[in-house]
Amino acid sequence: MSVKSKSIQNKNKDERVRKVSNLKVLLNRPELGALGGSILVFIFFGIVAGDTGMFSAYGTINFLEVSANLGIIAVAAALLMIGGEFDLSVGSMIGFAGICIAIPAIYWGWPLWSSILFAFSMAVLVGYANGILVVRTGLPSFIVTLAMLFILRGATLALTRLITGRTQVPGLRVLIENDPIAWIFSADAFKGLFSWLGSLGLIALRQDGSPLATGIPASVLWWIGMTIFATWLLMKTRYGNWIFASGGDKLGARNVGVPVGRVKISLFIGTAVAATIYACVQVLDAGSADTMRGFLKELEAIVAAVVGGCLLTGGYGSAIGAAFGALIFGTVSMGIYYTDVDTDWFKVFLGGMMLIAVIFNNFIRRRVTENK
Amino acid sequence: MSENLIEFNNISKFFGSVIALKDVTMHIKKGQIMCLLGDNGAGKSTLIKTLSGVHKPTHGEIIVEGKKTVFDSPRDALDLGIATVYQDLALVSLMSVTRNFFMGREPMKGFGPFKTFDVQKANSIASEKMGQIGIDVRDPSQAVGTMSGGERQCLAISRAIYFGAKVLILDEPTSALGVHQASVVLKYIVKAAASGLGVILITHNVHHAYPVGNSFTILNRGKSMGTFEKKDLSREKLLSMMAGGEELDKLELELKEIDRKSKN
Repeated sequence: MSVKSKSIQNKNKDERVRKVSNLKVLLNRPELGALGGSILVFIFFGIVAGDTGMFSAYGTINFLEVSANLGIIAVAAALLMIGGEFDLSVGSMIGFAGICIAIPAIYWGWPLWSSILFAFSMAVLVGYANGILVVRTGLPSFIVTLAMLFILRGATLALTRLITGRTQVPGLRVLIENDPIAWIFSADAFKGLFSWLGSLGLIALRQDGSPLATGIPASVLWWIGMTIFATWLLMKTRYGNWIFASGGDKLGARNVGVPVGRVKISLFIGTAVAATIYACVQVLDAGSADTMRGFLKELEAIVAAVVGGCLLTGGYGSAIGAAFGALIFGTVSMGIYYTDVDTDWFKVFLGGMMLIAVIFNNFIRRRVTENK
Repeated sequence: MSENLIEFNNISKFFGSVIALKDVTMHIKKGQIMCLLGDNGAGKSTLIKTLSGVHKPTHGEIIVEGKKTVFDSPRDALDLGIATVYQDLALVSLMSVTRNFFMGREPMKGFGPFKTFDVQKANSIASEKMGQIGIDVRDPSQAVGTMSGGERQCLAISRAIYFGAKVLILDEPTSALGVHQASVVLKYIVKAAASGLGVILITHNVHHAYPVGNSFTILNRGKSMGTFEKKDLSREKLLSMMAGGEELDKLELELKEIDRKSKN
């Protein structure tokens, strides 16, 4: 009896399971829009600016670096958005983290590594504050983090002026050299490879014979690493399932035992920490901190996440998509200098791209959830 | 089999001056479907929330498998095998069948920090369990949003059973469903009871309750009007008790009156 019913079941199953082509599976992925968009952008610039040096080693590193900086915060913003919340304080956190590194190191004589750790612990505090406020009060994260945007930016400016009398803190470059951890955020990778390619004449060289592009910047590795890590979290861990559940249906998730509050707080900490990684990369690269660093970056991160297929209402999206969203952003913002187009038009393009991406992603999501 | 899985003795619940429940007593046995019927505002929701640990009763005792128990949270009730499937089902429509099935209780593989969500195992369990109730999950990675209302209800119930429910509390499982889907869900509920679970079925639909229930408790304005075995109760009697027979009689009279007036 049971054997018979089982065989019937299997037979039914065979009848009902429609072979879905790999193409269709791909079409249902949230990151498809951003992936397609990236390809289009590359084709466009390949045609328009292919012979201008945009895609030389130096040019490529340039636009990858811009993409990477944004990508670092976009990936964290995407996780938070999938978890159903926003963080508008990311940009201010970048500025705040920057002076948290620079002031102790320059004015208080702390070793650089300890001021970097100090910045990260401040990030955890800020993220925790954002998270606990949102979870405890039930207020929209939009409002809570908007308040934090102003508080952090104001505090950054006021404290910096109070302690240093100015709004910029230069002079970090000399501290980087012998620091045990600064290289994590500032060193180029694969320098040998680039020198070798240079010596073969495959990439452009400076006057002194060193390659123009010295290596892969640390930010690019952070970007790739964080994307891989975030994707692994989302797809392969219990915590990832909780992120989707918390964003998809807060009450439902709580009813089946998902610790929604803890998940959300940790995601807020994630965006603040990502902002601090961004700040480390920038501060150590420029050798100075500026109170206005990261201005409007929170919105760019949201654009990248949305272009990457994240749903504004939560519960759906991908980290890979956000990484590609950042790639589109970086490629266009750098690529536009290689074309004859007036760079003033960049933001028009950005807005238009976001609109198209949202419409397209909305269409994909409907396909997925309504079984068309 | 006469042993009670769970007993609620003289449960009362007051919210300030409001008496939401007064001296409600119910016993649920293994393999039995107990239908809890009542009109809107009869106190059904409050009773479910008290049974599932959301509210603490003001008076009265809860006895689970012979032991007196106090639920401090829904988690406590769940740990004792009392699982509630609410009307909203606690399903996330954007997530896949598998991810919903194991939401909050994902099977893991690997060691230490490298423990990962065992998607393959989860997929196969989810489609097997859904298959057992006759629902072919065409693809366990499809979003729950693509499923019908009845399939979702069955998914929520089979999830509760898979995770060790001994007593299932079902809140209006058929209210949003068409005739065919409702019968699929009811069939599944009977099967679940036959496998040894106790089921509390909350509904206001007598036509759904009567065929599947073994006993019927009727709530009216926060009080129990008694528990009746099926053999002592006809469908008509249940219907009239549940809707407040007097009210229906009165309605009939009034309608006749209106009819008479309009003819004149």
